[in-house]
Amino acid sequence: MNLRSPDLGFRLSAGAFALALAAIVVAIGVELTRQSWLSITEFGFDFWRSSEWDPVSGEFGALPFIWGTLYSSFAALLIATPVALGIAIFISELSPSWLRTPLVFLTELLAAIPSIVYGLWGIFVLVPAVRSLQMVTPEFLRQLPLFSGPPLGIGMLSAALILAIMVVPFTSAVAREVLRTVPNTQREGAYALGATRFEAIRAVMFYARTGIVGAIMLGFGRALGETMAVTMVIGNNPQVSASLFSPQHTMAAVIANEFTEAADDLYLHALIEIGLVLFVITLVVNALSRLLIWTMAGGGGTAARAKA
Amino acid sequence: MVESAPPPAHAVPVVPRVTPTRDAGAAIGDNPVKVDVKGLSFYYGAKRALDSLTLQMRANLVTAFIGPSGCGKSTFLRTLNRMNDIIPGARVEGEALVDGRNIYAPNVDVVELRRRVGMVFQKSNPFPKSIFENVAYGVRINRLVRSRAELTQRVEESLRSAALWDEVKDRLHDSALALSGGQQQRLCIARALAVRPEILLMDEPASALDPIATQRIEELIYGLKAEYTIVIVTHNMQQAARVSDHTAFFWLGRLVEYDRTDRIFTAPAEKLTEDYVTGRFG
Repeated sequence: MNLRSPDLGFRLSAGAFALALAAIVVAIGVELTRQSWLSITEFGFDFWRSSEWDPVSGEFGALPFIWGTLYSSFAALLIATPVALGIAIFISELSPSWLRTPLVFLTELLAAIPSIVYGLWGIFVLVPAVRSLQMVTPEFLRQLPLFSGPPLGIGMLSAALILAIMVVPFTSAVAREVLRTVPNTQREGAYALGATRFEAIRAVMFYARTGIVGAIMLGFGRALGETMAVTMVIGNNPQVSASLFSPQHTMAAVIANEFTEAADDLYLHALIEIGLVLFVITLVVNALSRLLIWTMAGGGGTAARAKA
Repeated sequence: MVESAPPPAHAVPVVPRVTPTRDAGAAIGDNPVKVDVKGLSFYYGAKRALDSLTLQMRANLVTAFIGPSGCGKSTFLRTLNRMNDIIPGARVEGEALVDGRNIYAPNVDVVELRRRVGMVFQKSNPFPKSIFENVAYGVRINRLVRSRAELTQRVEESLRSAALWDEVKDRLHDSALALSGGQQQRLCIARALAVRPEILLMDEPASALDPIATQRIEELIYGLKAEYTIVIVTHNMQQAARVSDHTAFFWLGRLVEYDRTDRIFTAPAEKLTEDYVTGRFG
């Protein structure tokens, strides 16, 4: 290697940045573990399983928060994905060109609104609306575990809805970019075989499927970590409940709410351990989505192996 | 690319007001007229890309479109299955009749038209699915078969017609993307044949392939004309001379000359055609 070449310096510094990235991830994990050590040694794996969250008697279990985070994020994903993909498909495949730019601008504007503003809107507009919806929910539905509980407005449904609204611009922006990268020859190939508009769009979606999954998972990752808007409308009540109408809690919300009140070390360590749990779950979700994308990228099943 | 180099100024012929000296459609061949184009003009927005074209393509023959880049030959090809419909701002005047029916009439079912007029593109564009599913795609969406067995048979027939069956019969369920470039292009031909079109449009089908793969495609085209009416756009004049029965020479959106291929290449009526086929410009 030519030592005088500017290449070497460039490669070293770029490599150092890449290493720094890995180092930061490891450092966060290590530090979270160190700062939650009291709680980890005290509760062990029970921390993940227990629903007891009683700072007064020093009992800490993270299950209601894990449950609340996953429940609200999944529910948000279910609501947001069809909407976001619909927006992306409309903008990329159907929209007249004069409408495209304003639509893109509007969806990007949604992404730029601070989450505290979403939270305020949630409290003053969404929560009353959800309460009215709960009031008119027929009795036979309210017998179901999914819709049980008093009509408070505040609770899981409001959290899921506000998360969905916040996730839509992200998912649709990424999905739109993914659809833009689909070569026109794919669309033409479908049309030339007698595909209708809908069938051609299906072919395009199939071509872009790994990127679409990536877009959805990005939205999910964002929903997992969202704090402020959720804590303002979810009710902050640590319980494991299947009901969309019941007030619940999330990991990010409990840390934000209780961090300043954590007077003793064990309480503080338990909160930081919740941060660790959130960190681990986020890593796992991302790893799983990566894996999903890799397996799907195989195309016709054995393709990846055939080519390798 | 050769054709993208601008010709030296002295070699550019004066634009003639072209009136084909031989009425090619009437004078050449006895085969029935399959595609009858009458005064067809095409516009991208305000820009006119095709200027009042009139010619007839006959059944079970190969018609080649030649001409320098930007002469409109691909655009013209794509008007024959209304592929240009998906381009915003595109507009057509005049008529193109397939089996005597104007495909630009208001009540025409474009989806049905494209099933009858198949197309193969310059760059092979298989779907990221298995070989089998690629060929089955058009058959499925047009609901052309009733059973799985029928579908399997249709896929095999199409792959045989495209001279690909022997190479892929043991790996029908592997990804089409694992095939070589030439195989992918033959797969796209098989995919187009599977819906049993009457006309096959080919837009420079071999321009991205090596000489051996090109030769296979040319042999294939030659064999397919017994059953199909084939229209092929090509940059390669040797290819036009080898595979086609009739050749149309386009220049600046106009049809300069249309005749039997041997006459176009040996005794063209127009000076412009002669200059082009002898390599004086283009």
